[in-house]
Formats: sequence, structure tokens, C-alpha cells
Amino acid sequence: MLKIIPERLRQGHRTGKFPKEEPVLPERFRGAPLIDPNRCQSGCTECLSACPYGAVELKGGKPQLDLGRCLFCADCPVCPHGAIHFSSDYRLASRTREGLLASAEGHQLASALDGQMKRLFGRSLKLRQVCAGGCNACEADLNVLGTLVYDLGRFGIQFVASPRHADGILITGPVTKNMRSALLETYAAIPAPKLVIASGACAIGGGPLCDSPEVNNGIGDLLPVDLYIPGCPPHPYTALDGLLRLLGQL
Amino acid sequence: MKKSTLLKNGAMLPLDDLDILDYSVFTTELLQAKRENARISAYFARPAEEDRLEIFALMSRDWQEDFLLLRTSVGRHFKSLTPDCPQLHLFEREIAEQYGVKIEGHPWFKPVRFHQPWRAGEDAWGRDPAQHPVPGDMEFYRVDGEEVHEVAVGPVHAGIIEPGHFRFQCHGEEVMSLEISLGFQHRGLEPLFVGGPHPATLHQVEVLAGDTTIGHSSNYALILEALSASPAPPRGKAIRALALELERLANHVGDVGALSGDVGYLPTASFCGRIRGDYLNLTAEICGSRFGRGLVLPGGVGFDLDDSLRNQLLKRLAVMERETRGAIELFYESPSVLARLDGIGLVSADIAEAFGMVGVAARASGLPRDSRMHHPIGAYPREYDQLVIEERGDVYDRANIRRREIYNSISLVRHLLRNLPTGEALMPQRPLAPDSLAVAITEGWRGEVVHVGLTDSAGRFNRYKVVDPSFRNWNGLAIALRGEQISDFPLCNKSFNLSYCGFDL
Ligand code: SF4
Ligand code: SF4
Repeated sequence: MLKIIPERLRQGHRTGKFPKEEPVLPERFRGAPLIDPNRCQSGCTECLSACPYGAVELKGGKPQLDLGRCLFCADCPVCPHGAIHFSSDYRLASRTREGLLASAEGHQLASALDGQMKRLFGRSLKLRQVCAGGCNACEADLNVLGTLVYDLGRFGIQFVASPRHADGILITGPVTKNMRSALLETYAAIPAPKLVIASGACAIGGGPLCDSPEVNNGIGDLLPVDLYIPGCPPHPYTALDGLLRLLGQL
Repeated sequence: MKKSTLLKNGAMLPLDDLDILDYSVFTTELLQAKRENARISAYFARPAEEDRLEIFALMSRDWQEDFLLLRTSVGRHFKSLTPDCPQLHLFEREIAEQYGVKIEGHPWFKPVRFHQPWRAGEDAWGRDPAQHPVPGDMEFYRVDGEEVHEVAVGPVHAGIIEPGHFRFQCHGEEVMSLEISLGFQHRGLEPLFVGGPHPATLHQVEVLAGDTTIGHSSNYALILEALSASPAPPRGKAIRALALELERLANHVGDVGALSGDVGYLPTASFCGRIRGDYLNLTAEICGSRFGRGLVLPGGVGFDLDDSLRNQLLKRLAVMERETRGAIELFYESPSVLARLDGIGLVSADIAEAFGMVGVAARASGLPRDSRMHHPIGAYPREYDQLVIEERGDVYDRANIRRREIYNSISLVRHLLRNLPTGEALMPQRPLAPDSLAVAITEGWRGEVVHVGLTDSAGRFNRYKVVDPSFRNWNGLAIALRGEQISDFPLCNKSFNLSYCGFDL
């Protein structure tokens, strides 16, 4: 018993300073892409076929990367001319599916809820999480938000056990056929008004499981999504940043 | 005449070298090998001509450091081997579900993952093969009686956790039986590998079980390297082993923290919750991803370490070792904590053996099973001697195995960082050999992860079989609950910490 005290002192106080201070991420971390269309060679379409998930498109001849489809997989081979690079910017979440399309100008960062919704949820948001086929990496990095480094509770956000106690649902996984009805029932059990958050490439569009006959390619039209958090899995700071933006706390 | 074949971990063989045995000969050989202490590591089928299936049995002969491979051919009906070899019970159910075959005399004949059969024709349970089955739709084991009640939990649980369905038959607080029905996570992965390797295959392998990214991707790399006869260079192998041990550390530390939380001992729970993340962050320093995505590639690794990164990792590891030991010893030195773990959730060695359990759970029940020792590959030395076992198979032992493995892994990581071989970390790959089979086993943090890849005449996969350790261990959890209080379920569950998606695939 007495040993707890010196150990407690030795382990120290570890709650991160986010959002007052920027988090330090590993040098090799891959976040928001930097796109430089000036480097594109005329007539080149190599990026279109290079990504197995079709994350890159040419919009008016300029490359556009869909953060919702991208896995931020290592050493992205999509552009041999260096027009697409990954920065270490972890801020990826957006309110709309279109907002995830990154171009030379970047992408659309999540905006705050408006009026009534912000009054309701801005300072206290209870979420029910449903894993609908996630590989457990997304789930693990959400669980991390509850540890003392991120300390989600200090922002008034909490994961709760019952959908009846929840203000919204946070979904991971590509929505397997076998989880579809459990997901919809859980959503139905949440009192309105309610929020839907899609976390991870799987939930947004199927991720690496995209087009498997056993999955729904993410939430799609099943539910109206209020916040998309990209990544495979999203870094805990990506999720935290998205949630705080949604609540107007950033 | 050659009947069966022996092969080593990471080896391949042309399929022509493996005779198709008559089912009765196959049965006799399999049971004979089992009597000689071989155990089933993988058992799977692939479609053959007409209406037939070929079945492959991969049996691990741990002390001979090799595998026995048997092959047979069956029709739409055949006799179950489960009564004589209970290790096979889930494997047989899986084959029945995938190919719509009836396995006669199987004592527990139920679906496993609730998907439609992979080939046209019958469903093994007579369901409409054109309709997707409803998950969990099966007859559960029931106990009747005046004071008996049933508790059903899931698929959506209280926390942030994958879905599964648990049925307890209880007498008051006491659990008489627990049946676990999974399949909710079924993503249909194995069929996606057919015709591959595709550009997406590596990413799909990485997420077979996301917390075992390195375990699964290492196996996939080994399979491709074996089939193309282009092995990874020593430096690549060492970095893989390093990543595998970091994966073990993160998960083991997280598990001790979670167990601590479940007994209401908060200091260790909160320290370990954070330290787990520190280990994930070390992996992220190497490859940018906390889960090791993109690190292991066929032919080696996608990221090399320079001296400054190596020194940085060593420095951080030294600090983390002190903190890990501090947090963990606190837990193991608290009598009230230990009393809560002691004697709970027992799984005897006999049961563990009968079900073919592997990994942490098997070692806690006294079974010496660790593929790093029995089937060493990559950077693991042949005389790897850090196998830890405990005897009783309770929650305490499963927790204690983790504690001891955490300390072993820390020294292994330090050793690997200090002695990184020079040279390239990645070698180019050649095309895959046609009509061949390769086997790879890696000791993931939960236990042995098994992959078997079979190619067609064009050198593309026509069957790719994955066995996650969870597939062998979920039954252990069900057994562990027998006679326990239902309130001990969370503790027992955490002490196994099995994968749902790794099972469901
Ligand atoms: S990082 Fe991977 S998923 Fe993203 S665009 Fe590049 S290849 Fe596609
Ligand atoms: S998005 Fe990636 S990490 Fe998340 S569940 Fe899907 S595969 Fe796993």
C-alpha cells in the first residue's frame, strides 16, 4: 500500500497539454497530404491506378486525395513525381464527406455544431461506441482517449455503456453484414437529437475491407454522419481534434 | 510411397510432392501423430474437381521443430474426427460452413461465423443458401430447472470493444455453462486473398487482427518469401523481431493494466494504460504507425533504423523499463489484488491440451508451447530459452505469464537494438512458384499465428488459410467460467483477451 505513493511520485503527472500545446508526433507519422499540382507532368495519370483504394482523383487535371479512402499506408507510391507528400499534420477530421477531399488548398477541417445542437452537446457529450467489424486498432486508439494522457473527460466527453444514456454514436469498422442490424438497433435506442461519428477508414468507406461481399463499405447511407475521422486507425489526437472542433472547443 | 511430408517453419513444397491420402489412411496417420504429441496447427479445405474437397492438416511436432503435413480428399459427407481429436472441432465446423459439407458424428455441429457457403449448392444446416444467415441464429446449449436462469450478453457490450454474444446458464451467481457465439466481425477475408497477392492484400493481412498487425504481416511476408525463394536479409529480420516484441509489450502491458482496472486497483490500471501507449509510440517512431502498419513487407521491412533513432529508442526503453517494472510490481505485490486473481478461471493442462490451446493461455496451464522456441524463424536464435510457463491455469497465472514475458521482451528488444545486423533491410521479390504450398508460424503476443498459402498454376493464391490464436483459445474461456461466479467473467475474459475479428476473419 505504502509503495503506491513513491511510485505515484515517480510516474509523475502525465496529462498532455493538448490543446494548449501541440502534441509531438513521431517524425515518420503520416498525416494530412501536401499536394503540389505544379509537379504534375502533363498527361500523367499514374496516381489514378497506383492507389489500391482509388483515393486519388484528378479534378481538372489536378490531383485530389480522398482522406476518407486513404489508409495513410507507408511510402505511398501514388505519385512518382513528388506531387503528393504526407505531412505530420494530424488534423484530418471533417464534417462532410466532401470536406475530406484534399487538394493543393488542403481539406475542410471540421466546423462546430450550430446553435441548438452546440447548446445541447457543447459542454457535455456522451457517446456510445459500436464496433461494426473494426480490427480492434481503431477501438484500441479510442480507448486510449480515456487514459490520463488524453483525459477525454476534462472536455466533457465520455463513452457510456447504454445507448439510452448517449447523445450520439461513434462507429468503427466497415459495418459487416452480421453487425448491421445490431448497429441500427443501437442507433435507434439513442434519444433524438443525436450525433453520428464515423471513425476510421473502414467506417467511412470500407477501408482495407472495401468491396468485400461481407461488408457494407462503411456507414454509407445507413445513417446520417455528423463527423468523419480519417485514418487507419486515426491517431488519438486526430480523433480528439475532431471531437473538440465539433463541439466548438477548438 | 511417400504419404505425408515433414517441413520446417517458413518452408514451401510443390503440391505434387504431397500425396492425396485416402480419408481412412489420413485419419489413421493424423491420430497416430496426435498420439506422438503432434498437435493441429491448421486444418482447412479447398475445392477440388467435381464436387470434391481437399483437406489439409498441418500438425506441429513441437519438439522435433517441424510440421507434419497431410492431405486427403472428401465428398459432400464424411465422418467427423472431432470425437477422437477434439482440437479439430472448430476446424471441422468451419469447413462445413465454408463448403456446405456435412460432417457426420460431429458432437457440436453448429455454424461458426454465420456466412453463406462459398460454393454453390447446399448449406450444411439446411438453411437457404441464397440468404445471408442471421448471426447467432443457432440452438444454444440450455440448462433447465427451477432455479436456473440464462444471461445473454452482446453483441454490443458496455465498453469500447468488439462484438460477440455470450450465453450463460446460471444457478444463482454460479455459471454452469457458457456458450460463446461469434461471427459478428466476419469480414470475409480469406476469400479476398484468392487470386492474389493483390495490391490490397498486405493491408488486409495487417488488419486480420489489428492488434496483431506485426504477427500477421510477418507471416504473410514469410509465405511470399518462401514461395518466391527470396528471403528477407538479416537486418530486415531483426527489425521484424523487434517490432514483434514491441507489439507483445504494448499488449501485455495493456492487459495487466486492464486486469488491474477490473479488480479495482487503479494505480497500475492508469500507469499501464499510459505505458502501453509509450510502447505503441516506439513502433510509431520506427514506421510512423502505432500499430506497425507498413513496417513488415515481403522481402524485409519498409523502414530502416539509423544510429540516432536506435539510440533514441534505447534511451526511451531504459526509462520505460523502470516505469513498467514500477507499475507492474505494485500490482503483484498487493495481497488484496492477488487474492482476487488466485484460483479464478481454472483451465487444466488436460483441457488446454484437448482443445489445442496456444500462447499465453496454454503456457499458463502448463503447456510448453512457444513457436519462438519450437519453430524459430527470422532473428530468433535456435536456442531461444525464454519460454515461460506456469502450472495452474488460473487468472493469476495468465497474468503472471504476461509479467514474466514483459521483462523478457524488454531485454530482447534491447538486445536486438544493440546488435542490429548491417546491410540492407529489404530485398526485391521474385514471382511466386506455381502449384505450391508454404507455411509460416509466428509467435504473436496471444500465441501462435499460422498462415498457409497455396498457389495455382499461375502462381496466384487459390487458397490462403489464416489461423489466429484466438481460434484455438475461445473455448478455453468458456471452460474457465464453469463453476465460477458470473461476476468473475470480466476478469477471466481479460486474462485471455482474445480477438473477435481474428476469430471471425
Ligand atoms: S497512402 Fe496508401 S491508401 Fe493513401 S493514397 Fe497512398 S496508396 Fe492510397
Ligand atoms: S480503419 Fe483500419 S484500423 Fe480502423 S478498424 Fe478499419 S482496418 Fe482497423
